[in-house]
Amino acid sequence: MTSRMDARFAQLKKEGRSAFVTFVMSGDPDPETSLAIVKALPQAGADIIEIGMPFTDPMADGPSIQAAGLRALKAGMTLKKTLQLVRGFRESDAVTPIVLMGYYNPIYIYGVDRFLEDAKAAGVDGLIIVDLPPEEDIELCIPALKAGLNFIRLATPTTDDKRLPAVLANTSGFVYYVSITGITGAAAADSSAVGAAVARIKRHTALPVCVGFGIRTPETARAIAANADGAVVGTALVDALRASLDTEGRATPKTVSAVADLAAALAQGVRGAQQAAE
Amino acid sequence: MTTARPNSFRSGPDDRGHFGIFGGRFVAETLMPLILDLEKAYAEAKADPAFHAEMNGYLKHYVGRPSPLYFAERLTEHLGGAKIYFKREELNHTGSHKVNNVLGQIMVARRMGKKRIIAETGAGQHGVATATLCARFGLDCVVYMGAVDVERQQPNVIRMEMLGAKVVPVQSGAKTLKDAMNEALRDWVTNVHDTFYCIGTVAGPHPYPMMVRDFQSVIGSETRTQMQEAEGRLPDSLIACIGGGSNAMGLFHPFLDDPAIEIYGVEAAGHGLTQLHAASIAGGRPGVLHGNRTYLLMDEDGQIEEAHSISAGLDYPGIGPEHSWLHDVGRVNYLSATDEEALAAFQLLSRLEGIIPALEPAHAIAKVMELAPKKPRDHLMVVNLSGRGDKDVPQVGDILRGRAKAQ
Ligand SMILES: Cc1ncc(COP(=O)(O)O)c(C=O)c1O
Repeated sequence: MTSRMDARFAQLKKEGRSAFVTFVMSGDPDPETSLAIVKALPQAGADIIEIGMPFTDPMADGPSIQAAGLRALKAGMTLKKTLQLVRGFRESDAVTPIVLMGYYNPIYIYGVDRFLEDAKAAGVDGLIIVDLPPEEDIELCIPALKAGLNFIRLATPTTDDKRLPAVLANTSGFVYYVSITGITGAAAADSSAVGAAVARIKRHTALPVCVGFGIRTPETARAIAANADGAVVGTALVDALRASLDTEGRATPKTVSAVADLAAALAQGVRGAQQAAE
Repeated sequence: MTTARPNSFRSGPDDRGHFGIFGGRFVAETLMPLILDLEKAYAEAKADPAFHAEMNGYLKHYVGRPSPLYFAERLTEHLGGAKIYFKREELNHTGSHKVNNVLGQIMVARRMGKKRIIAETGAGQHGVATATLCARFGLDCVVYMGAVDVERQQPNVIRMEMLGAKVVPVQSGAKTLKDAMNEALRDWVTNVHDTFYCIGTVAGPHPYPMMVRDFQSVIGSETRTQMQEAEGRLPDSLIACIGGGSNAMGLFHPFLDDPAIEIYGVEAAGHGLTQLHAASIAGGRPGVLHGNRTYLLMDEDGQIEEAHSISAGLDYPGIGPEHSWLHDVGRVNYLSATDEEALAAFQLLSRLEGIIPALEPAHAIAKVMELAPKKPRDHLMVVNLSGRGDKDVPQVGDILRGRAKAQ
């Protein structure tokens, strides 16, 4: 059986376009609104959805995503409830790949084997765990691959040609190229440098390469997507969500559409890329 | 969780940076190449006699080592048991043991050609040591410090600024040491090309726990020699406070393979172990944070909990991975002392010995007050007096004056 991820990239290839990958924080600003947002994303043009697993100490994230995680935790979000959210999403969508992104400790405490079993059953397709480099593959990466989940690794500007094979060795689904050295929400890298980096990675792997960090506008999304198999947007969506909240940080009637509308505009940017490139 | 007792307690970590199940390298990919570079640079430095010669020169003439091993006669008489010695790390330049480690790391940073140094600090002692050596070697210095700690450790903030460092108050989380460490890691991920992260304790990704321990082991090595000179034999027990555990690891490590020596580490019990505290071993479980697996304070969902201690230097929800392992294999006994016990010890030491200790080692003194009276008079006990109390004088002064008024 082909995985949801492989099926999605095969379909995108047929359509001749790059993937639009969205990131939102699970449980932000509350579990119900969060589920409504995730459900609205494919409609808005998201091809792959990354869902953040909130953590108290997100060392590689900027203020926006850090604050989103804390809003979610304050609203009572847990890893178990994140898996419930994925299950809720799967009731109405059987095809959009879902990737959980976060830090290792909550999974370690949940129990790796139990987590993988529950995640698979909930309809999760892949994992991105920021603080698990290839040096720690036996912790989660190898068991995840055995359980039939993609383990998507980050490659960065500091990952040189010597190191790339180690980073790619157990990567599956796609490679996530982090366009800058820095935290989420930082300034965008210029698209020509990203294009060169993507080409470099592609010399080492047949996997699709998606690019993230620093993409905020349809224009940047289009420029990046012209040179990559996908563009990932997180902080801009999280900022749109935050801007829609009331003064107490609670969801308002505008919250879901604030995220979905921006996602739709970004999706247009990504879709424009291939036409422009042709 | 008990592991088999090994033949040597001094051989760790393994080549992947593990002490039993603890340690490791749990960091973002951006940092991995640099961490591997650092591991290599440190291994080369360690094998280079010129590195040690240079370092020993600075330890002697700049830091002021060896620090004395002082027989605390009045405290010994007062407690009526073990013969108590202080390892006087508070007499080092900059006022604590932190300078031993910073000197070593700055020497490594210089070998690596790094010009910008970042650090995190709780009590400010590590920040002051880092700012000092950056001034001495003409390096840029940025220190991350929780906004709460910036308030309660003002004297050290002023010192760092005078030394030319930039102090960045961190507003996230509980605004203490854990948050400062997150912020320092974010800076490092962003500026990895020219920046060296000088970690202040035996924690973080491999090789830091090992490297910091090696640099601090000068404390225990000197103690061995000095106790031989003073008493003609090795001590019977060792005791030190634990934030991340660097002053303790430094004292303990050279003695780990002397099975007759009792070793005690003292965590901060804050308001008490059933309330707010910073005792990761007594009240935590193994988890993964800040680049390593170790005992951590957390909830049932794996979210990290805020630590509390009257002492900013002990206010951290984790502990170095080697301590976690030494606990699991049963080589070191981990105890804890509350805020109140530390305050009492702070006052007792000031009055009896004319030494105002930092609030951190006051936690160790608090347990000396409990342990020493139960030992015979020929029992030799060494306490690591990791820092002096200048930085805590305003804070403790406020507390004591407040109490006097309330009466
Ligand atoms: C004087 C003193 N002792 C102890 C500590 C705790 O650190 P560690 O446990 O690494 O020695 C600090 C930290 O700031 C300190 O300033």
